[in-house]
Amino acid sequence: MKQIQKTLSLLLTFMKIGLFTFGGGYAMIPLIQRETVENKKWISDEDILEIVAIAESTPGPIAINAATFIGWRVAGFGGALAATVGVVLPSFAIITAISFVLSAFQDILWIRYAFNGIRAGVLALIVKALWSMYKQSQKGIFAYLIMFGAFAVTAFLPVNVVFVILFCAAAGIVQALVVGRRNKR
Amino acid sequence: MIYLDLLLTFLKVGLFTFGGGYAMLPMIRDEVMAHGWMDQNELIDFIAVSESTPGPFGVNIATFVGTRTGGIFGGLCATLGVVLPSFVIILIVARCYQKFKSNKLVIGAMNGLKPAVVGLIAAALLSLSQTVFFPAGWSVSVFGTAQFYVSLGIFTAAVVLAFKKLHPILIILLSAVLGVIVGYAV
Repeated sequence: MKQIQKTLSLLLTFMKIGLFTFGGGYAMIPLIQRETVENKKWISDEDILEIVAIAESTPGPIAINAATFIGWRVAGFGGALAATVGVVLPSFAIITAISFVLSAFQDILWIRYAFNGIRAGVLALIVKALWSMYKQSQKGIFAYLIMFGAFAVTAFLPVNVVFVILFCAAAGIVQALVVGRRNKR
Repeated sequence: MIYLDLLLTFLKVGLFTFGGGYAMLPMIRDEVMAHGWMDQNELIDFIAVSESTPGPFGVNIATFVGTRTGGIFGGLCATLGVVLPSFVIILIVARCYQKFKSNKLVIGAMNGLKPAVVGLIAAALLSLSQTVFFPAGWSVSVFGTAQFYVSLGIFTAAVVLAFKKLHPILIILLSAVLGVIVGYAV
């Protein structure tokens, strides 16, 4: 019985988190912290740091990673499922609704003008995101080589992004092994 | 088979994007354009929609692309695709996350992936900028069009405001208002 209650509570809590965080990703972390640490006391502040670190080093959206992880910690597989479904459901419902009406709006003149402005604004948001990710990334010759290489290859050659990602991950592993061996000597 | 295509494509997106949010943009751009599901303008417009609606970017765009190409069931397939890799991998990692976190190979891979994502986003940004500033391709004649200077003005203002930590939704709203004013004035 307690298990069912917990699972239901996970579903509702993560629906709330999914519904009230705009922008996704790191924007969701403070709300996740407030709901799961302060309100429900399911996990600790340290766990939140742990979860962010793991979400960063595993693929996929951070919100999904965090929801699955916390759900599993609190109530096992059923909990993971409930939390993940919960965090996805509001997006899914809202975007589905929007996708049916968006094309109807796009023919209205003032909305077309609005989107002309918005496109320039969105580029600025990407510049900002790029800058924050640059700051978080390692510095040094190896990191700059990877950065520039990934940029040049995808910008100027018809190369699939997947290959660039796999190659850079492999390069990172090789570099770690080489540095590790050098340090041992 | 559109449903299988949506599922597999977004599985790939979910599996190969690290960092979430805008880190997913390069891969998503690649895939939706290769499939002809969206052009660059539609993609930029949808980023604005995604910033102004709740939820993660990856889930939002999966749902949107899926619904537009394959109805509600298409949306379901694409969303399931983008979520499934995270879900499965976290369930595996959650059992041994202390070991995972301090694993030399994982740390090494992340050292390669983090700067790679920076380079990939820069490349996506360059390509999207071309669509906004040079819609008819690179040419000097662009510098004679009002649209170019309007976009450049809004972009510059938005960059300043973004770095002053103004909320993304406010930046989008402001850009929209400026776009409407200029649209009727020019």
